[in-house]
Order: sequence, then structure tokens, then C-alpha cells
Amino acid sequence: MSELFDLLVEHPFFKGMSAEQVRVVADTGMPVSYREGETIFSEGGHADACWLLLDGDVALELQTPGHGPQVMQTLHAGEILGWAWMFPPYRWHFDAHVHSDTETIRFDGPRLRNAAEADPVLGYELMKRFTRILVDRMQSIRIQLLDVYSTPR
Amino acid sequence: MHPVPCRVRSVVRELDDTFTLDLEPPSDDWSFVPGQFTMLYAFGVGEVPISISGDPGDPTRLVQTIRAVGPVSDALTSVVAGDVVGVRGPFGTAWPMEFAEGRDLLIMTGGIGLAPLRPAILHTLEHRDRYGNVTLLYGARSPEDLLFADQLQQWRGRFDLEVLITVDHADRMWRGPVGVVTSLINRASFDPESAVALVCGPEIMMRFTIQELERSGMTEDRLYVSMERNMKCGIGLCGHCQLGKFFVCKDGPVLSCAAMTGACWTREV
Amino acid sequence: MSEPLVIDREGVDALIEALIDRGYEVVGPTVRGQTILYDTITSTGDLPVGLRDRQEAGTYRLEERGDDALFGYVVGPQSFKKYLTPPGTVFWKGLRTEDGFETVEAAAPPRYAFFGARPCEVAAMRIQDDVYLPVADGVYTERRERSFTVAVNCTEPAATCFCASLGTGPAVSVGYDIALTEVLSGEHHFFLAEAGTDIGEEVLSDLSARPAHDEEVVGARRLVVHASDHMGRTLDTDGLKELLSANLTNSIWDEIGSRCLTCTNCTMVCPTCFCSTVEDRQALDGSSAERVRTWDSCFTLDFSYIHGGPVRSSPGARYRQWITHKLSTWHDQFGSSGCVGCGRCITWCPVGIDITKEAAAVRERDIRRVAVGIPSVREVLE
Repeated sequence: MSELFDLLVEHPFFKGMSAEQVRVVADTGMPVSYREGETIFSEGGHADACWLLLDGDVALELQTPGHGPQVMQTLHAGEILGWAWMFPPYRWHFDAHVHSDTETIRFDGPRLRNAAEADPVLGYELMKRFTRILVDRMQSIRIQLLDVYSTPR
Repeated sequence: MHPVPCRVRSVVRELDDTFTLDLEPPSDDWSFVPGQFTMLYAFGVGEVPISISGDPGDPTRLVQTIRAVGPVSDALTSVVAGDVVGVRGPFGTAWPMEFAEGRDLLIMTGGIGLAPLRPAILHTLEHRDRYGNVTLLYGARSPEDLLFADQLQQWRGRFDLEVLITVDHADRMWRGPVGVVTSLINRASFDPESAVALVCGPEIMMRFTIQELERSGMTEDRLYVSMERNMKCGIGLCGHCQLGKFFVCKDGPVLSCAAMTGACWTREV
Repeated sequence: MSEPLVIDREGVDALIEALIDRGYEVVGPTVRGQTILYDTITSTGDLPVGLRDRQEAGTYRLEERGDDALFGYVVGPQSFKKYLTPPGTVFWKGLRTEDGFETVEAAAPPRYAFFGARPCEVAAMRIQDDVYLPVADGVYTERRERSFTVAVNCTEPAATCFCASLGTGPAVSVGYDIALTEVLSGEHHFFLAEAGTDIGEEVLSDLSARPAHDEEVVGARRLVVHASDHMGRTLDTDGLKELLSANLTNSIWDEIGSRCLTCTNCTMVCPTCFCSTVEDRQALDGSSAERVRTWDSCFTLDFSYIHGGPVRSSPGARYRQWITHKLSTWHDQFGSSGCVGCGRCITWCPVGIDITKEAAAVRERDIRRVAVGIPSVREVLE
């Protein structure tokens, strides 16, 4: 437990949060490992968690008929996997496929939500961090959509 | 103003529409600095600006990588060994290789933007001890669209150069990162207080990259981009390449973001 | 230089003849299709004698003056860039050879005497000197350095003239070999002739001219000063460079763009606009090719085309490029304004877009300004 706290309090993602706030978050987390080839979650499934990736690579995939799984984005050490636990109806939008053996801290979604509801200051700190993730991914996807490297004729 | 006839030694097909010409240089005392370009002439068809993609340390070759996007580049990519094309140049400004000495070097590029940066990379590797951490972040459309794939593979094997490659689209066969090139920034090791970044790619990619580099703590005096504009002369006379106060052909193509100012990024400037 | 001389119309004819004798092709104003255009002249009879040009935004008319003035008009649509950077100049020719190809120089150009060059025109040539001479393009330098300039001071500006705002006229100060001032008062019709260079003085010395009386000099000068006070338009140049560079995102450009036809007239008639393009032509059998330079304009879509599309696709962005280059970035690039106040772009704009008015409108709507004159909500409620 205290090991997990020590890890999180030093982590850039939680930088700026008070020790007490980090402790509340740490209470909802536990270390989980995934092997290459595993699926962490699947599109449409119940979104009840998020993961801080400590090592390894995870691909967010969409299944397209006739083309198999298409990789939308990959996530790597230091990044957060999963935001759908925050918003009803709590369903995953992608498949999370493990590209290489991955070490994570898995945080329990419902418990995090309850903690945030109970302490709006903590809730706001979490919201700022997850909104940043959403903004970054939206910006990236906008650029990807432009297909800037294609050959215009 | 006259193109000098230069013989084509060999042609390498890099991608479906992208070719590298190995030319005999226009003169015996040929030299260029990383970042410069030439005006390449296809007899009777026309002339286009093409960046030099070869080794600045090798004065016996003029290596240029061309993507076929119009009539002149179509003609230039249809040549075979033994043919002759016209060359004027080299023209334009250089990547700040001296300024970057003693600092970490971050090379960020996308698509065919790797071509004008290859001379800078080769120069850096030739004088490796002059630089701190050197990182190449390269974004491409898909794994099939990686330019200089063999050389990238070779560079990845080096311990003194970190190469991170991401693609916009891939299936499961691709084991590397998928996402925009800026998503690689937090995986590169560089000191944001002193590092120098060389950025070349589509203009949107460069704007996005500069924003992200500034967010990571870099300042615009250490961010350099290579701009693309229409060019007819290469010597600041035809007016086509103007970007605010700059003639991109002679004041650029390599420009510091500090010199560019906001005006240069204004819509339709 | 020596003191001013006085010549009459015969003296002007003798001047033209002296220039022809020295091997110059004398080019100056002539009437072609009810417009004053530059062409080769051999005597004062070729000049638009007794004519005046009425100019306004989008309007140009020639009318009889009722006198014998040789220079009773200002400038037509052409400038001497027609001779210094002729559209269609062959840069070089290329021939296919066993070894690929070789290029051949183009033929040497004629020596021109620019006759009847207005002060704005002389200023425009000096501005183009700063563009072309440092790069030796193989066309301009050869023509310019071998040329001779007979300037004519202005005494009757048109409604579109604003050279006084730019300090380029109505009197010529530098850049001429000979300067003439035409004086027409009642019975008196004479030309004050002044040399600006040694060669100008040498040419003048061949003419049967007499030294001017003081009152003739004073009278001629007074006419030019009078012209300076009667400019049809003004351009407020105070902080203009910074004003335009700070207003790139002003919505005014879209409004001007909605009127602009992007016809390129303003750039074609502008005596300083230098943008060009090259055309590569090939013989049908592929045995030879040539590169030809033609005038280009920042108002065309092709001008800024890079693979994928033009950088400046909207007419507003193209107008903004033109006016900011002319009045703002020209200072950065060449150390002076790119405008000489000749008013051609105003006259020859088919929809009457007026550079002086648009610059004033940007000043009026400067996006840097603090909103003034608009009462706050609180003020209204109180």
C-alpha cells in the first residue's frame, strides 16, 4: 500500500495533488500485469477502471469488417489508459490490446467516482488531469484525420 | 540563372511516388550545407525546388529525394541512370548545426520531411561527439510509407542515436507506436532548457509540433522549421515564395521560430 | 552640375535626335488607342501634344487641353519596367546534345533612353534597382546600366496622384540624366533643362540652349511646388509599416476581397511590382527548349500554389499580400516603401479599389486600437 502511494506521489500524472488526495486515489488502485496479446478491455464492455501504464505498450483498436483490427493509437509507459469510467453509460469505445508485456496500476472506476463525488476538490484535480488526456487525444486525432502525409494531386 | 547539366548515376525508388536521384554534382568544388535545396530542371518541362537529402560530407555526390506531385516532379522521377537533368544551386539557409553543438538535438519530422533532415542527421552522426543526446522522432502515414526504411533500421541499431517512429494508421502487424509524432516527445530524452529542435514536415504538423515543444518547455529561439513555398527562381527575385517579410528561397527554407513571429503563421500568409 | 538651361520645343526635338545619334532607342509617351502608352519616339510629334488625362478610380480619359503642351498629362498604364524586364524575355535557350543538353545566352538588349519619365517613374526604377541589381538576373542589369533617363517634373498632378505623400515627386531629385520642367504661360512656352549626370550634361551641351534667367527658374520651381500642394490623394505613411503588419487578421481583408476581382491589373500597372514566373517551352521534336520570363501577379491562384493547393486561396488574402508587401514588408526587404504614389493601381482597378482609401480604412479599424466612443453598459444604465 505505502509502496503504491510512494510510486504515485512521485508520478508526473499526480504532480500537484496533495498527499492526502494521492492517498485516496492510491486506495482505489492495485498492480496488475498483462501479457502480450491479451485484451484489457473490449469495445462496448463495462468501463469500470483506468490504468496507469508503468511499462509496456497497449494499442487502442477498432474492429473494421474486412480489415481486421485497426490501431487508432498506442499508449506507453507513463500514460493513462481509459477515461470512459468517468461518464455514463460507462462503456469502452475501443479494444485495448496489449502489444508487449505490460505492468500497470489498475484503479477502480466506481470507487474513484465515489471519492470524487464526496470530495469535489479531489474531483476537480482528477477532472483537470483526465480532461488534459481527452484534449491531447482529440488534438492528435484531428491531425491524424487530416492525413497530412498523403500525396495531394 | 542557367541550369547546369548533371548526369544521373542511379535512381532508387523509395516509395510508390518517391524517388532518390544520385547525381554527378554540377561542379568539381561542389558543396552544400544541411537544409539547402536546388532547383532541378527537367529539359523543356520545367524546374522545381527539391531539397538535398545526401551526405554533406561527400562532395562527390548530389543526392536528392523527389516526390512526384506534378508535371515537373513526374518528369524528374521518370529519369533513369545515364539521363541528364539540370541543376541550379545550392540555395537557401542551413539547419543550425553549429548552434546546436554541445546541446541535445531533437529532430522531428513527418512524411517526406525526413529527406531535407537526412543531411543534418548524417552530419550529426559524422560529428557525434559535438552533440548531447540526439533523438529522431519520425511520423509517417503508415508502416508502408516510411522513407529510407533501411537506413532507419540501421540508425535504430546505434547506441548514440535514439530513433522513435510512429504512424497514423496501422494494423496489428505494426508493433510500433500509432499516433501523431508529438506523442513521442515525452519519450525522448532532451533538456528542454537548452535543446535545439529541427522540425520539418507538412505545415500543419510543424505548427502542432511547435506548440507541443513549447509546452514541453522549449523556447522558440531553439525551434527551427523548414518552410515550403512556391519557387520559380531560388534567388529572391520571382516573389512567389514570400512568407511575410521573408523570401523563403533565400531567407529560408530553414527559419528559426523566433524570427518567424506570429505573422508567418497567420492564415493564408 | 551646371546651371539650368532653357530650350524650346525645337530644343526638345534636338534632344531626342541627340540621343538617337548616340545609339539610344528613345522610348516615351505616345497615344495608342486613346491611352498614353510608352513606345519608340523619334520627335516631339510622337508625344501626346496638347492632351490631358482625366483619371479617377476606375476611370481614364484623354481630352484636349487647348494648348501645345508636350507633357500636359501624367502617367498611363505602362511604366518603364516594360523595357527593363520585358514580359516574354528569353532567359536562355537550351539545345539537346549527345551529352544531355547545353544552354545558350540570349541576345544583348538595346540601349534605351527613357524619355519623359515622371519623378514617380524615376523613383520606381530606383526601387527596382534595389530588387534586381544585387542579384544580377541577366536581364534587368544589362538594360538598366546602359539606359539614359530624361525626367519631366510634374506641374499638374492627376486626381489619383499622391507622390508627395511618399516623397517621390512631383520634383525629381535623383536618378536622372536630364530633368525637364515644362512652362506654359500665355505666349511663353519653354523647358527648363537640368543635367543630373556628366553624360546628361554632355548631351545638353550639344543643344543650342541658353542659360535660364532667374525668374524662369523661380517660375518653373513654383509650378512644381504648386503641384505638390494639389495632389489628388494622400497616403498617411505614419506608422503604416507597423499598422499593416499588425492587422493581418483584420476582417477588412475579406471585405476588400469581396470587391476585388483578382484581375491582376494593379500589379501589371504598378511600376515597382516585380513578381515574375518562368515558362519552359520545348520544341515539338524535343530538340530544343527555352526558358521565358513573364510578369506574374500575387493575385493569381497559381502564384502561391504548392502541391495540394494555393497558400492564398481567398481574394482577401491576396489583396492583403499585395498591399502589405507594397507598404510594409518592402521596408524589411529593401529598406523603402514599394509604393511611389503614381496612382496607377487606383485608375486601372476595374472596381475602383483605392490603395490610399484601403490603407486609411485599416488605420480606422486598426485591431490594436482600444475601443473608443462606445459607451459601456454601466454608462448606458447610469
